[in-house]
Amino acid sequence: MSEMAEALQAEDAVKRFGSVTALDGVSLDLGSDELLALVGPSGCGKSTLLRAIAGLVSLDGGRLTLNGTVVDDGQRRLPPEHRRVGLVFQEHSLFPHLTVSKNIVFGIRDESRGEAKRRVDEALELVELSGYGDRFPHELSGGERQRVSLARALAPRPALLLLDEPFASLDPNLRVQLRGDVVAALRATKTPAVFVTHEQTEALAVGDRVAVMRAGKIEQLASPEEIFHRPTNRFVAAFMGEAAFLPIEAGTTTLGAVDMSHRRSATIAMVRPDDVLFTPAAVDSGHHGDFSDDEIVASEFRGATWYYTVKLSDGNQVYAVGSHLDPHEVGDRGRLEMMPGHRLIAVADETQA
Amino acid sequence: MNQHLSSRKVRGRVATWFGLAIGLTLAIAGCSGEDGPVVRVYSGRHYDLEQAFDQFTEETGIEVEFLTGTDAELRERIEAEGDETAADVYMTVDAGNLATADAQGLFTPLDSDVLDAAVPASLRGPEGSWYGLTIRARTIVYNPERVATDEVPTTYEELADPAWEGRLCLRNSSNIYTQSLVASLLAHHGEEEATRIVAGWTANAEIMEKDSLILASIAAGECDAGITNHYYLARELEEDADFPVELTWAHQDGRGVHVNVSGGGVTKYAAHPEEAQQLLEWLATDGQSLFVDGNHEYPVNPEAKPVALIAENFGESFVMDELDASIFGGLNADAVRLMDEVGYR
Amino acid sequence: MNSAAVADRGEGKARLGLGDRLSLIGWPVAAWLAALAVVAPVAFLSTSLLDPNTEVWAHQWNTRLPGQLYQTAVLLAGVSIGTLIIGCSLAWLTGAYRFPGSRLLGWMLVAPLAMPSYVLGFLTLSVFGFPGPIQTRWRAMFGQDAWFPDVRSLGAAIVVFTVVLYPYVYLLARAALRDQAGSSYEVARSLGAGPVEAAVRVVLPLLRPAIAAGTAVVMMETLTDFGTVQYFSVDTVSVGVFRIWRGTFDRDAASEFATLVLAFALLVIGLERILRGRARFGQAAGEAAGIEPRQLTGAKAVAATLTCVSVLVLAFAGPAIQLLVWALQEAADPKRASLTERYFGFLQNSLILASVTAAVCVSTALVVVNARRFGSRRSTGVATRLTAVGYAVPGPVVAIGVILALVALDRVLESLGLGLPGTVATGSFLALAYAYVVRLLAPGINAVEAGLDQVHPDMTATARSLGRRPLDIAGRIHLPLSRTSVITATVLVAIDALKELPIVLLLRPFGFDTLSVWTYNLASESLFKQAALPALTIVVVALIPVALLSRQISQPSGVASPRQSAARSG
Repeated sequence: MSEMAEALQAEDAVKRFGSVTALDGVSLDLGSDELLALVGPSGCGKSTLLRAIAGLVSLDGGRLTLNGTVVDDGQRRLPPEHRRVGLVFQEHSLFPHLTVSKNIVFGIRDESRGEAKRRVDEALELVELSGYGDRFPHELSGGERQRVSLARALAPRPALLLLDEPFASLDPNLRVQLRGDVVAALRATKTPAVFVTHEQTEALAVGDRVAVMRAGKIEQLASPEEIFHRPTNRFVAAFMGEAAFLPIEAGTTTLGAVDMSHRRSATIAMVRPDDVLFTPAAVDSGHHGDFSDDEIVASEFRGATWYYTVKLSDGNQVYAVGSHLDPHEVGDRGRLEMMPGHRLIAVADETQA
Repeated sequence: MNQHLSSRKVRGRVATWFGLAIGLTLAIAGCSGEDGPVVRVYSGRHYDLEQAFDQFTEETGIEVEFLTGTDAELRERIEAEGDETAADVYMTVDAGNLATADAQGLFTPLDSDVLDAAVPASLRGPEGSWYGLTIRARTIVYNPERVATDEVPTTYEELADPAWEGRLCLRNSSNIYTQSLVASLLAHHGEEEATRIVAGWTANAEIMEKDSLILASIAAGECDAGITNHYYLARELEEDADFPVELTWAHQDGRGVHVNVSGGGVTKYAAHPEEAQQLLEWLATDGQSLFVDGNHEYPVNPEAKPVALIAENFGESFVMDELDASIFGGLNADAVRLMDEVGYR
Repeated sequence: MNSAAVADRGEGKARLGLGDRLSLIGWPVAAWLAALAVVAPVAFLSTSLLDPNTEVWAHQWNTRLPGQLYQTAVLLAGVSIGTLIIGCSLAWLTGAYRFPGSRLLGWMLVAPLAMPSYVLGFLTLSVFGFPGPIQTRWRAMFGQDAWFPDVRSLGAAIVVFTVVLYPYVYLLARAALRDQAGSSYEVARSLGAGPVEAAVRVVLPLLRPAIAAGTAVVMMETLTDFGTVQYFSVDTVSVGVFRIWRGTFDRDAASEFATLVLAFALLVIGLERILRGRARFGQAAGEAAGIEPRQLTGAKAVAATLTCVSVLVLAFAGPAIQLLVWALQEAADPKRASLTERYFGFLQNSLILASVTAAVCVSTALVVVNARRFGSRRSTGVATRLTAVGYAVPGPVVAIGVILALVALDRVLESLGLGLPGTVATGSFLALAYAYVVRLLAPGINAVEAGLDQVHPDMTATARSLGRRPLDIAGRIHLPLSRTSVITATVLVAIDALKELPIVLLLRPFGFDTLSVWTYNLASESLFKQAALPALTIVVVALIPVALLSRQISQPSGVASPRQSAARSG
């Protein structure tokens, strides 16, 4: 055991549904005011993990500890109402027959009337919905409903907050704004939280650390920067952002040397679109010889940038972004190079294992 | 606090409801507390019981509590309740269930000179286990407009003749009266002949669910003749003196018309056996008329006279088949099987 | 509420208070107790199955059984098809269109539920039978041998059951239509489907679970009937059970035979599962949308009104008026005065029995259904299914089973020195109410379950994570949100209890006669005219909950009710 109690500790957690293993030995821990983003494709087990933490499903093996208290050891489980773990779901979460105030006060017990009211006001203020107390859920917009959900989950001062894709049903603009507000509220109340999402940008933006899950296992657990720039394997690399992979031969690839410091035995290197720069032949005045070996085979306009698929001289494809000021066309030939300062990162190729 | 209060309020309300329900239950369960002498009757018979019982109470001071139902189920109830049964007297509308109850050992044999004198031997169980209290004759009825005088059937057997094809209305085989009648045929003729007769009926008859429907159908001309209990016709005549159906007593030149009884016995575990016996004795003697007249039945006690309506229309007496009721009662199951075999619905 | 135990740091294990532990084990234990209570009486009767009487089976198989199987199958098929057609088309007509009287007719069409089938059975025979007024007039017009459809037939039985039972399908289809079919119907129309095509291809499949549930109830009621069918000379398996029991006095053989009824019931339940499929059409609370009714005009409007009115007249108004006429004739007859004195006693007993049964059934249903949500779904799921057994067995079989079970219980208690006073075990109100619950728990559970299915499991999860105990959540979240279904359950059980006959006949305490007992006593002696008053009273009393139920239908949407009530109180 660690000397300071973690908000959450999962050790080798296993959960099976019939023949399906939803959690296949998951271990992680969460600091006392940390925000962990749990990301993975649908069906990877992230919601199951969340539900196990909340006490809605019981483990078949392993151990879950909340604030130093074992809440599930694979045999016995502490029911959800005794865990002090708040939950925010995508929808279905507000009680439609209760007003906003009554929704929030639902979780505040054993407090005087005045104190309960103060806590409700405080919670509403936190989510910037003061004065909404007497409304019914159906009188609120989608974003407002999620704010109330958050306020309600925070009002009982939970030891841990779990958010299960809380913004999935909202439109993208609202989502970004609400995301910021939620993080701010969690920070303000110093509430540790696990935030489940299937979107990598959301995970990177929200988490102090990010856990990437696949098939019931955690593939990598690290800071957002590390996850994005130093993924452990091909899956994490591809899932967390657009990436191309080049074979490594003798410590180098077509695009140059690879940083093998973390993974000496790796056989492929990751290239992110922002790592490379495409220079068309016509502009490339300083070079002779193989300057026109690389060719643009697809292009996609993305507003601020252009996104290209470039076929390298050795047949491998790499993605590249380019400025909107200077667009290229499919069929343009030229040279693809690493951006100054960027490096190729070696990653494990578990698909070949 | 607000929350706490209202949740307590909800619980309080639930508790109130449950309390109310339980209180009610106990109140009803406990309302059979007794003050004076009482006798409790499970009765498959439910015609004008109150009048007779009220009179009995008036004369003897013994309260009568009764519960009506169907013969077979009440018998099951007594058997299942065993020594906890509340029933002092079990009363039915046929001999079959009385015989079965006797075979199941549900009765206490009575030693009553009053009853032995009042009830003819053929209408009571062996060793005084049960006693018939009313006589109901199952006989032939017909529409005089559609059946010529020389054609009026005089026996049940005759109705199996192909001459009656399409002209008969008979009661279904689920009915205890039909079962008793067929059981009596079995007793008189043996299985082979009885089967022939019932098969003949089956070929001739339309099968109906109620005796009253048979009478109405005969009156309306759907069929010409049938077999019913006599008092159903009496009831029609009471409503309408010109009701176009007539009755003829079967087998007056031979063994006599098939009669069944409505009767009863004192249960083995009766809590009030003396009062129970007193009730049966009263019903068989002083109470006869009051007990049988309302339903136009014939009294078992030869001392009592039948009510005017049936005495005038059907006669005061007739030749009765003296086959022991416990015999055809005991053949009831065989009768049902026989009807199954010939396809009598 | 000792949630602090969890928060205590440095402890290896979380500790639960006794109350917390109880509240956890309590749910599944309660569900299993309910299941046990229902199964025990049936199990007591089934012990004879261990030693089957092959002779009886062989005899039945060689004589009546094939015919009974055939007639049972045809009756079930006919009645379910009939109720499906009438129930669904009326639900669609009143739900999707507006026409003169549609609102009133919308709820009046539930009224036939108030008519006991045995009452409609004897009415049909008296009015349409050969000696009845209709055929008599018919013969007067067309001659003595004029053809008239056979009233004592399987066909007529199918019609009577259809007419009495279609409201089950109508009710459930109508509620589902109100709550969920709206948007799908609009989409189908926008894709170019006509109203009929959209109804049949989109709405009907959507309503499938509701319709399947309704039809299953209809089939159970038909299957376990043994009285009404006999009016029509229909020989079903249930009739067979009673023929063996009452005719050959062989209870063991009869209860063996009763397992055939159970087999049919299992078939029905299986069929319902298949029909319902894996569909779960519950919609998110707050987003339910019904179909927006369209105004019908001209001939179409008249035709719609006439259709509804004619069903109503045939199924309800006609019979009710006939009862009223008879009741008035009897009331005018001075000879009958004595019985009417006890009338209010009967009425009161009926009301007490119906309310207690409904209250106990629905509270038990709430426990069982909530247990499924809070406990392990698989084990409590089995318990839930087991509670349906009582509904699948004819009433008298349940009644005898209850006596046997209670006597056994009484013996056990006595041997422990805890004997119940007197005959509390049998022939008491307690025993009677127990038997009613055994028999009627299933419809209560079905309705309550349908309501809770509308509350998303995430909502329960959220409520628990807010630190509330299951009992709190059941009372403060589940109950208000499934209010409509809980009311429906209460009403359905109460109506069934009012009409129920065989159990009360056999198990009631001394002096506890009800309206249905009174009706039976008279009708069994063919005193139909005298039976009219109690029968009519049953109908009128049952109409009250029916009207209550119908108010639920006419409300625009299921989620609207909490809103409205909140608005009213706020």
